Amino acid sequence: MKRLPGLFLRRFVSAIPVILIVIVALYVLMELAPGDAVDTYLASSGGDSEFAANFRRLWGLDQGAAPRFFAYLGRLATLDLGQSLIFSRPVFDVILERLPTTLLLMGASIFVAFGLGTTLGLLAGSKPYSPGDRVLSLLGLLLYAVPSFWLGLILIIIFSVWLNIVPVGGFETIASDKKGLERIQDIAWHLVLPVLSLGLIYLGLYLRLMRSGMVEVWRLDFIRTAWAKGLTQNRIAINHVARNALLPVITVLGLQLGSMLGGSVVIESVFAIPGFGRLAYEAVIQRDFPLLIGVILIGAATVTVINIVIDVAYGWLDPRIGTQQKVKT
Amino acid sequence: MAMHPSFSRRTFFRSGLSLIGSATLPRFAFGNDAPHRGGTLIVAADTEPRNLNPAIVASNGVFYVASKVIEPLAEASYQGDGLSPRLATSWVGSKDGLSIAFSLREGVTWHDGKPFTSADVAFSALEIWKKFQNLGREVFENLEAVETPDQKTAIFHFSKPTPFQLIKNALPALTSVVPRHKYEGTDILANPANQKLIGTGPFRFAEYRPGEFYKLERNPSYWEKDRPYLDAIIYRILPDKGAVAAALEAGEIHLAAFSEVPLADLERISKAPGIFIKSQGYEGLTYQLTVEINHRRKELSDARVRRAISLAIDRKFVVDTIFLTYAQASTGPIPKLDKQFYVANKKMADFNPTEANALLDEAGYPRGANGIRFGVKLLPAPWFEETRQFGDYLRQSLKAVGIEAEIVSYDPAGHQKAVYTDHNFDLAIGSPVYRNDPAISTTILYQSGIPTGVPFSNQYGYRNAAVDSIISKAAVAVDGDERIKLYQEFQQLVAEDQPIINVAEFSFVTVARISVRNLANNPRWATSHWADTWLDK
Repeated sequence: MKRLPGLFLRRFVSAIPVILIVIVALYVLMELAPGDAVDTYLASSGGDSEFAANFRRLWGLDQGAAPRFFAYLGRLATLDLGQSLIFSRPVFDVILERLPTTLLLMGASIFVAFGLGTTLGLLAGSKPYSPGDRVLSLLGLLLYAVPSFWLGLILIIIFSVWLNIVPVGGFETIASDKKGLERIQDIAWHLVLPVLSLGLIYLGLYLRLMRSGMVEVWRLDFIRTAWAKGLTQNRIAINHVARNALLPVITVLGLQLGSMLGGSVVIESVFAIPGFGRLAYEAVIQRDFPLLIGVILIGAATVTVINIVIDVAYGWLDPRIGTQQKVKT
Repeated sequence: MAMHPSFSRRTFFRSGLSLIGSATLPRFAFGNDAPHRGGTLIVAADTEPRNLNPAIVASNGVFYVASKVIEPLAEASYQGDGLSPRLATSWVGSKDGLSIAFSLREGVTWHDGKPFTSADVAFSALEIWKKFQNLGREVFENLEAVETPDQKTAIFHFSKPTPFQLIKNALPALTSVVPRHKYEGTDILANPANQKLIGTGPFRFAEYRPGEFYKLERNPSYWEKDRPYLDAIIYRILPDKGAVAAALEAGEIHLAAFSEVPLADLERISKAPGIFIKSQGYEGLTYQLTVEINHRRKELSDARVRRAISLAIDRKFVVDTIFLTYAQASTGPIPKLDKQFYVANKKMADFNPTEANALLDEAGYPRGANGIRFGVKLLPAPWFEETRQFGDYLRQSLKAVGIEAEIVSYDPAGHQKAVYTDHNFDLAIGSPVYRNDPAISTTILYQSGIPTGVPFSNQYGYRNAAVDSIISKAAVAVDGDERIKLYQEFQQLVAEDQPIINVAEFSFVTVARISVRNLANNPRWATSHWADTWLDK
């Protein structure tokens, strides 16, 4: 589409002031929070004031807040995200390692949730208020109410400890050096439980959305026309009701995909998966400013890209959207 | 320093039952008693220290991984005088306390093939332990030179008389030796060998995948013949304690040390087949639960008020309910486990709220109309579940004697700053470590004149000339017996004054699969070399 490059450019340019404000705000918040990176370190190692001073010097924390901030901005202008204090490695490398893991985990969870949830919602919504619908709606409510870490641990107990079908946690078999298809299988097997734990929770959301969307659409005039034409219940349900009920669901899907990079600190902790959520959490607890900003920046970039993709998909799904002419400014 | 396993009714019952039970086990469950080679030990880890070099950061989190790769001069032992030779084979202190001669082990090589010599010890001591190490900076403060007349002798020369007893007690934790040829002339704190360790130990550093695991591999040219037994050790990073318990039960890991399986889970998991619990092996890593008191607060600067706070605490409740009996009530600044120095002071563990109330009245802080005498800000350390729980309990106990405590919670960095730098607290819950000698990390809690910002030290505004004097005298007491006497006097003085309140002494519990053998065979087992650990089939 011709207008795509322009769209991307406009979006990125308008995002820059937002990002700058975010960086300043985060910096101020982190400075205001009591203690710095060395204080966290001291909490586990002890040490006298020289010991602390040495590490402050090593990590560049011995200068004042303002000079450090401008030094950071300077490096950022050259697209250098700096060194992580926690990992003593470039922030960019740390993030790049964890990005695919989190995208995989969250992507799969959302896919499972959307696929299963929408289908179940469709089933529930095709015969609203029937016994089937009531059961499915209750299921949706229950799943939505359950905390993800509890569900995760229960799944571990049942499927890993009692039945010994899937591994307890981790991203892949430790130090096994598997390659190619074998590695993909290994990772897939490891991700079954975490994806289920997250997916089942979100499933409740999509189920309820789809179902209530369909209940809405059933009442609309054009459905009456379809009945009048003599179409069967199933055909109406799938071709007409579901299709229209799908739009709000896609909106939520888009929002969720955008927030995907936040990861899930809880699931990543329970299943020992080194992901983005845990990274952000560690960065805050250990006051690792370069890492935290790196996470935010990469996150913002990814969200922007995903949002544009969703906008395009929207336009394709509903031909009414996007056919307006450019609004005269 | 000998071991003193706690022998409660619970232990008796359990061991009795297991004895009877073991008789009913099928024969193959007894296992082979002769160690054999092979196997990869998989253990749970929960921290990824930024600096993995134990010569710089002598802390348990670092030792857990690094002590299998980098060795000290001597390790702690249950036998003899409490030390077993590692890189040093013998040590002799001069009568004037100004020098200590170490004979070093021969036939030792670094993991990169170069030979280990006295030059490495000299470099580690002067350039690292003395200059950079969190604990060594104090203990080796007066080290002025290390003479190396030949490759297997290192003579430490001190500018002031330094107690041989202290250095001996410090050998396991403070004397990790690193290769001079890797560190000389470099920026020591930023040296990559701080992450990719190079040592002389039974295992070589193989791989580290952040967030996932550390892998150590057998060192085929280790100095001890036929050791190590294991082929490799893998530390799986498992941040969630529930997942650790599940991984043990599912057989995915062999061992969880440092109470990674929470105390509340121990009852349940000990019944799982193929799993056993061991609370021994941590005697050299005793932690102390203390109530830290800010003497700058007028009410708290009165010894009677402090004594009242101590009397308000039911230590038996703390041991039984918070630590589920895996602890002992504390009677002073030095734990009962340290047979060398400990002197009993039973009345420090008294629980008497009536007397507490009387003392507070006498000190001039009567109850107001709402029953409250005065309020305090209480900061429980966030890093142990037990310190947080004790914070809740302390608040209740203080309420009973009319002191209103407001709990203020910080994360580790914030707590560190609030207590040890800003002194922004009235009471805090702390967990200092006792490291086999009062001079290493204990007297610093009572000594005055410590600069601000030093964690786990006297940031409490406490100043007692008599205590300071005993501490400085003991610091240079060369004669072992005199030193012991001085520290006993120190304990008596502190018992009267109670500048901080010692509540309990606790350590950790290991949960492991029965295939792990030679577990807990020295008082610092989890942080020692594991060269003799083996896996049964």
